[in-house]
Amino acid sequence: MIAIDSVTKSYGDATVVDAVSLTLPDSGVTSIIGPNGAGKSTLLSIVSRILGADAGVVSVEGLDVFSAPSREVAKRLSILRQDQHLTARITVRELVEFGRFPHSHGRLTPECREAVASAIEYCDLAELADRPIHQLSGGQRQRAFVAMVLAQDTRYVLLDEPLNNLDMVHATGLMRLLRSLADDHGKSIVLVLHDINYASVYSDRIIAMRGGAVVQDGPPTEVITEAALEDVYGMEFRVHEVDGERIAAYYR
Amino acid sequence: MTARTTFAAVAPWAAAALVLLLAVVSLLLGAADVNVWALFTDAEAWQVVTVSRVPRTAALILSGAALAVAGLIMQHLARNRFVAPSTAGTVDAAGLGLLVATISFAGSSIMVKIVIAMLFALAGTALFIGVIQRIQFKDVIFVPLVGLVLGGVFAAIAEFIAYRFNLTQTLSIWMNGDFSGVIQGRYETLWLAGAVALIAYLFANRFTAAGMGREFATNIGVNYRAWMTTGLVIAAMVTAVVVVTVGAIPFLGLIVPNIVTLMLGDNLRRVLPTTALTGAALVLACDILGRTLIYPYEIAVGTIVGVIGSGVFLVLIMRRRNTYAAA
Repeated sequence: MIAIDSVTKSYGDATVVDAVSLTLPDSGVTSIIGPNGAGKSTLLSIVSRILGADAGVVSVEGLDVFSAPSREVAKRLSILRQDQHLTARITVRELVEFGRFPHSHGRLTPECREAVASAIEYCDLAELADRPIHQLSGGQRQRAFVAMVLAQDTRYVLLDEPLNNLDMVHATGLMRLLRSLADDHGKSIVLVLHDINYASVYSDRIIAMRGGAVVQDGPPTEVITEAALEDVYGMEFRVHEVDGERIAAYYR
Repeated sequence: MTARTTFAAVAPWAAAALVLLLAVVSLLLGAADVNVWALFTDAEAWQVVTVSRVPRTAALILSGAALAVAGLIMQHLARNRFVAPSTAGTVDAAGLGLLVATISFAGSSIMVKIVIAMLFALAGTALFIGVIQRIQFKDVIFVPLVGLVLGGVFAAIAEFIAYRFNLTQTLSIWMNGDFSGVIQGRYETLWLAGAVALIAYLFANRFTAAGMGREFATNIGVNYRAWMTTGLVIAAMVTAVVVVTVGAIPFLGLIVPNIVTLMLGDNLRRVLPTTALTGAALVLACDILGRTLIYPYEIAVGTIVGVIGSGVFLVLIMRRRNTYAAA
């Protein structure tokens, strides 16, 4: 369990995350939605200790993420950020091997090699394994990072807007992959999403934020409703039942 | 196995063979006539080799390898392929430090000079990092230009002080690497640079991770700030040792890592040995060239590397404009 207790973060006068308390579950897919500036990405960065909080505590399986040894936290929680601005020319396999760093201290054990090989296989990257990542397409690169996180083998996998810059083919492929990680590997996937329909279709739980606070929290049947979405985004929504899924329309 | 990985497996051995070959040439070359046979029959030839030729060859290998490694780590940590000790103010700051040490601690041991030069090199590099972190416009070429300007400021301060103390000629000798004065007892500090480069190899994975960015490093439990600092200390230390012992060798830390990583990628654990060996080979080759061009006189290796290095540098920039300008 990840326990978030009264986490606050401000920049000058602007409070971006305002005393948020949450618990994130041990398994399943949890999506965080909300308008721009709601504090979703900031919250995810604090939970993953990339950004310090002004106040509050975050613990992963009882470990305080800010005071515990970083490597111990890295065995339990991994984060994939939206903008992987990489200038380094390393191959897909080398990238995935970095996922083993918290476990192996940089020297790969046979167990590590097995984890790397199966992560590459699982993400359908076998043919690209020796290609440098900067030569890959956006979708392929995103898969390579997911493979790295998979090799890192943490219970909690946090992703910040992983669908950015992906077309629907790659976006759907990635969401299926994340769903199967939760179902087959028992991982807890927590992701910030802008596309509320992907959130609706793939999540077990949706957390909606607005103005630095959590305003909705529940299964898609509760959060993907016209009243709840209008409350979160301040605009009109129509929610339709399509093939048993709740799909929101908001284009006009 | 692809062609790329085969090449990566062969590259360090090829570079090692080249270093070995050039080292043998370096041992046999010089004003005193030495051949392999004479080593066993002529005591004087043996003395020439142990007192002068072996130290010189070892000094060339150590400084070439260590400077190339320092450049590799700097360009990776700064995430800019044109950042190296000579383009980040590190070399000029080390020279200024050496000048200050020579003036204010006259007659002090070489270790004292190295420590002071290193502190200056570190401060100069830290200032450069501080400046580039504050500027918004991070063009690939603009960043090293800032470093060159900063280096120019350090050089100007050194020039001014040297002028006041009648040391301008000494300063210009320091800033142009020359191995002709290397004999037994006057190069051993370079082993320190070699040892530091070896330590860098042991922690190569941490440097690779830190160079991928703070978030990347933090995610896998690598302390970004600590390894950035360690990397800069290593680069400053290597630069200071080389500048104090034999003088600055321009462009080496810039072009060698660029050429090697262009072919082998940026995984430091994998490219570091080849980078070190290529650096050693280049300095050996340039020194041999400097010793033969106007035989029996010598051209300083710094001059030869400067001429070849600036040419290669231009080619790299032109190339980069096409392929990596955005990277």
